[in-house]
Parts: sequence; structure tokens; C-alpha cells
Amino acid sequence: MNLTTPLSILFMVGGLFFFTTATIGLLRFPDFFARLHATGKGDTLAVLLSLIGISLYEGFSLTSLKIAFIAIFMFWAQPTATHAISRAGLRRGIKPWMKKENKR
Amino acid sequence: MQKRQTRTIPRSAQEGEHKLHNFIVAFLLLFIFWVIFSGHFDTYHLTLGVICSLLVARFSYDLLFANVRVGSHWLVFLRFCAYMPWLTFQIVKANIHVAALALHPNPPIDPQIIRFKTKLKTDISLVTFANSITLTPGTITMDIIEGEFYVHALDKKVMKDLGTGEMEDRVAHIFMGADHTNIKDG
Repeated sequence: MNLTTPLSILFMVGGLFFFTTATIGLLRFPDFFARLHATGKGDTLAVLLSLIGISLYEGFSLTSLKIAFIAIFMFWAQPTATHAISRAGLRRGIKPWMKKENKR
Repeated sequence: MQKRQTRTIPRSAQEGEHKLHNFIVAFLLLFIFWVIFSGHFDTYHLTLGVICSLLVARFSYDLLFANVRVGSHWLVFLRFCAYMPWLTFQIVKANIHVAALALHPNPPIDPQIIRFKTKLKTDISLVTFANSITLTPGTITMDIIEGEFYVHALDKKVMKDLGTGEMEDRVAHIFMGADHTNIKDG
């Protein structure tokens, strides 16, 4: 048991926390686009934190280098995927939910 | 920065000298990744790697560097590395923002759609800017139509933050050298 183990646990717990809030946001937000906000951002940092935690736990080796590369690719793929989904939604004609000010 | 000289170079004139260069760079990149990910350094695996990298490089060399050909690649790379810490900080902020909204008993969401023109030209800078918008607090890029961004914002405050154009300037700074030359397709 050295210092990196608690540190990696800390990172992974942080990642799990953001995964949880992203899921809660996905379930609670009012419409398609607002839900995308929750997962598109939440998952990016959550994956990043989890992967950093795992590679710290693994120590410096070829495996941790591979994990670092996965993290970098996720970093690019995640927002691109979010954008692809939101664009598909827009082109399908999904109307974004707006707050109705005069109703209350 | 004010004077944007956009030179258009016909594709055919560039093609000959860049084709081979792009192919070699693509092959080397792929092969380096192969070596890192396989972790085996014997002849059998390295030969397989060379064959695979050659095949994939043959099919994808003209996709990899489609729009960035002139200007210093290393300078762009270094500037991009300098941009990363700021972006990471924004991502952390974005996540705390979304987490707070998700756990809020009555989420104060007031979605807005923003349209604005951008001064960025090349594909790579547009992609970087669009991805950065998606990763910063409360905003998602929905579409880019003819240089016009459609951004979905969760509330009015984040809309104002985007309006300052700080991020656009940062992205423009990264690709300063590479932005001057557009390759005409067809």
C-alpha cells in the first residue's frame, strides 16, 4: 500500500460521482437538448477521472500508457458524439424546450 | 491578426509533393501506435504491424491532413498543448455546473439558442472551437451552417460568457499559422 492507491481511489470516486450526476441529470432535465448537456459533459470528465485513477493504480507501464491514450481519444470523441446527436435532433425538427415566462 | 491573407492553392499543384509526405507521416503515426498498443517487439508482430499500417495508411492518408498543410505543425501543436490546461479547467467547471443543476431540487433551466458568425475558417479550427463550446459550461454546439454557429445554452448567464468571444480568440490563436491557406477542393 503506497501513496498512489488512495489517490487513485479518490480519482475513481470523483469519476463515479460525475457519472451519477450525469445520469441524474439525464433523467431529470426537461428535454432532448438539456439531457445532452448532462451526459455530454458529465461523461467526459467522469471517464477522464476514472481512467486517470486506473492508470495511477496500474503505475507507470505500457498499460497505463494505453489508458492515457484512451483518455485522449475519449476527450475528442465525446464532444463530437454529443454534437452529432444534437445535430441529428435539430435536423429531425425537435423543438427545444423553452421556459414559458408569462405562464407563471 | 487583422490582415487575413487567404491564398488559394489549386489542388493539383500541391498534390504531387504532399501525397508522399502525407503517406509517410500517416504510416509512421500508425506504426508508432501499433508498437505502443501491441507491446510485442519480435519480428512477427512488427512485420504484421508494418503490413497493417501500410494498408491503413494507403486508405486514409488523404483524410488525416485534409486541411492543414501549410504553416508550422509544431507551433500549432505546442499552442494546442498550451490551450489544454485552460480547457481542462473549463471542463471541470462545466461538470460542477451540470452536477449542481442535476442535484438542484428545481433546476433553474432556461434554454436559449444562440446564433453567431465565426471568423474561423479551416476545418480543424472549427472542430476545435465546436468541441470546446460543447465542453465548456452550459453550452452545446448544435450545428454549423456556412460559418454560422447554432449553440444551445442552458441559461442566460452562460450565453453572456460565450458572447465575450474569449474562447474564439484562443482557438484562433492556436491555428494562426495554419489558417492562412485554404486548399481548394476539386
